[in-house]
Amino acid sequence: MSATTKTRTAPEGRTASQASAITRLLGDRRLPVLVTAALFLAMYLTGLGRYQNYGFAEPQVFLNLFIDNGYLLVAAVGATFVIMSGGIDLSVGSLIGFTTMFTAWLVERQGLPLIVVVPIALGVGAFGGFLMGYVIHNFEIQPFIVTLAGLFLFRGLCLVISKESISISDSTVSTLAQTRVPLGLGELSIGALVALAVLAAAFYVLHYTRFGRRVYAIGGNEQSALLMGLPLGGTKIAVYTVSGFCSALAGLLFMLYIQSGDPLHAVGMELDAIAAVVIGGTLLTGGSGYVIGTLFGVLVLGLIKSIIQFEGTLSSWWTKIATGVLLCAFILIQRAMTARKQT
Amino acid sequence: MSTPSAATASRWRALTHHHLFWPVAVLVALLLINVPFTPDFFAIKMTDGHLYGSLVSIVLFGSPLILVAVGMTLVIATGGIDLSVGAVVAITGALTCSYISDQADQNALAGVFLAMGIGLVAAVVCGLWNGFLVARMGIQPIIATLIIMVAGRGVAQLITDGQIITINSEPYKLIGGGYWLTLPFSIFVVAAVVAVTVALTRKTALGLLVESVGGNAEASRLVGIRSRRIKIMVYMFCALCAGIAGLMISSNTSAADGNNAGLWIELDAILAVVIGGTSLLGGRFSIGGTVIGALVIQTLTTTIYTIGVPTQTNLVFKAAVVIVVCLLQSPKFRAKVFGAKGRGKPAAPAQPAAPADAAPKMEVSR
Repeated sequence: MSATTKTRTAPEGRTASQASAITRLLGDRRLPVLVTAALFLAMYLTGLGRYQNYGFAEPQVFLNLFIDNGYLLVAAVGATFVIMSGGIDLSVGSLIGFTTMFTAWLVERQGLPLIVVVPIALGVGAFGGFLMGYVIHNFEIQPFIVTLAGLFLFRGLCLVISKESISISDSTVSTLAQTRVPLGLGELSIGALVALAVLAAAFYVLHYTRFGRRVYAIGGNEQSALLMGLPLGGTKIAVYTVSGFCSALAGLLFMLYIQSGDPLHAVGMELDAIAAVVIGGTLLTGGSGYVIGTLFGVLVLGLIKSIIQFEGTLSSWWTKIATGVLLCAFILIQRAMTARKQT
Repeated sequence: MSTPSAATASRWRALTHHHLFWPVAVLVALLLINVPFTPDFFAIKMTDGHLYGSLVSIVLFGSPLILVAVGMTLVIATGGIDLSVGAVVAITGALTCSYISDQADQNALAGVFLAMGIGLVAAVVCGLWNGFLVARMGIQPIIATLIIMVAGRGVAQLITDGQIITINSEPYKLIGGGYWLTLPFSIFVVAAVVAVTVALTRKTALGLLVESVGGNAEASRLVGIRSRRIKIMVYMFCALCAGIAGLMISSNTSAADGNNAGLWIELDAILAVVIGGTSLLGGRFSIGGTVIGALVIQTLTTTIYTIGVPTQTNLVFKAAVVIVVCLLQSPKFRAKVFGAKGRGKPAAPAQPAAPADAAPKMEVSR
């Protein structure tokens, strides 16, 4: 029991013994993020060593990680909010798929200009998240099951719009999709820039605003957050609204990336997003983590994909296996850390 | 207060408060909806010595779901959840089919049994791994089983080399697509698994132990129940059920598809469990309810086909069912909606007694 205070408040445990240094390191909340960052670096360096002759060293390969995974980053940022608050959102993938379908339908079939469609899509996503949050909070139903209903609902709505995929030939969309912003060493797509902006905004909101602190507090201990007088319901509903908004935005980016709407787009992407958040070191029980960790989580997942691409011989299912193994490793690290803190 | 009406009222009350009342009512309602659209819906014909009819096919196509859902019920009863069942279905199908396809004589009984054995052992190993993570490492079930859910499909694709393996084996075809005694063989498999499960959980203390672990794992441990071992067993059982379902699915299509076999079956199974009245919080369960829940889902799918509603709305209907069932199960929702209308009782006291399906926790035989 006494270990609790020691690991939490590092300063008093300044005995030079090595054991306490290790406990302190294990107790450091930043450790998972550091491990993920180190892992990313190690993987990148391995890639450099292995595929140097294939142009792996080019900065653009690194920047492509953002271009190819921008939508995942946005979705994962939304998932970070939910997981940080101790909840879970399974509707992410469906909502992304629905957004691609919905926008493709509005732009192609209804002939609405993209500038009108984008706010509508974002609004629908945010409203979907709001509804789920409302039901979760007001009727005290587990988030898992409510967002499961959301998963079914949005995937079903995709299919209601159309069973076939709708390819987008709108000129605004293709211009946006092809625009590359030069960035010294390489270039980034609009999608990647939006994703980075979302990340920056999330970083600010979670770490520097009252709302962010509430999210942490509720994830840490809902009861005590309530006793402290925090607006539990409002924060919870807002968290799911943020996640819905982020999913819709991720859907828009995915639509830009792939330039079509398809009822089967992004099936299972909620798991990628959750995996990215976990690998990024956010505690699944809520209350602890950094949104920067999520960035590294997404980058690690993206790097697995590009290494497999460079490898050429390896097949795509190794991505799933590697993701699973990484997920497992990080869950065990988390477990080791929380066990030290809580026992 | 005349006595007869009071007696009727109390009998009605007892009926509506039976834990299976609502699931059965929904099932019956769904079945009846079909009648105006297909007048011979309940008709069962005998062709070539096999029974055919909508009711038979509902059970036939619903068999894998019933199996997975029964396993899931016990996991949920311990307060857990198993997301990996879909991947386990895929792995079992992939292993079994790839083993059979490698054989010189695909119809050899010994080879088929060995293949099925290999598949089921792999499934149980997956369950052991899940149980180990949950019970020994203390990881949240939803996360622990997420690992196999993500990696498992990759493993299944690895086994089948990314291909869809097709086989041509008569004995293997029996388990998922064959007939025996005029009925689909899979019905017997399901009946056997359900019977064994009910016998084990309701005729022995096992069910009570599972419920007590779900109610409070720590307290159960302190009174001497090996809650960890029970949890591990439950996950292994769930994976075994998923494995049998995997055999059925791959046998029915005579093919193993690492990517799509059992896709989203975990969600349907959880849905079946919830419709059946088992609380997701753990602590009590109803196998009968789950079987009915799975039948409700399968009937819903069939109904959508027969009524001629575009099949793509299937998922929207399912979503609506999940939402309605969950809202009805939420005491807070009932207090807010029905309590507010004023049945002469204030909402708050009515609430704790509310769950219609809340049979006493310690009731062993049902």
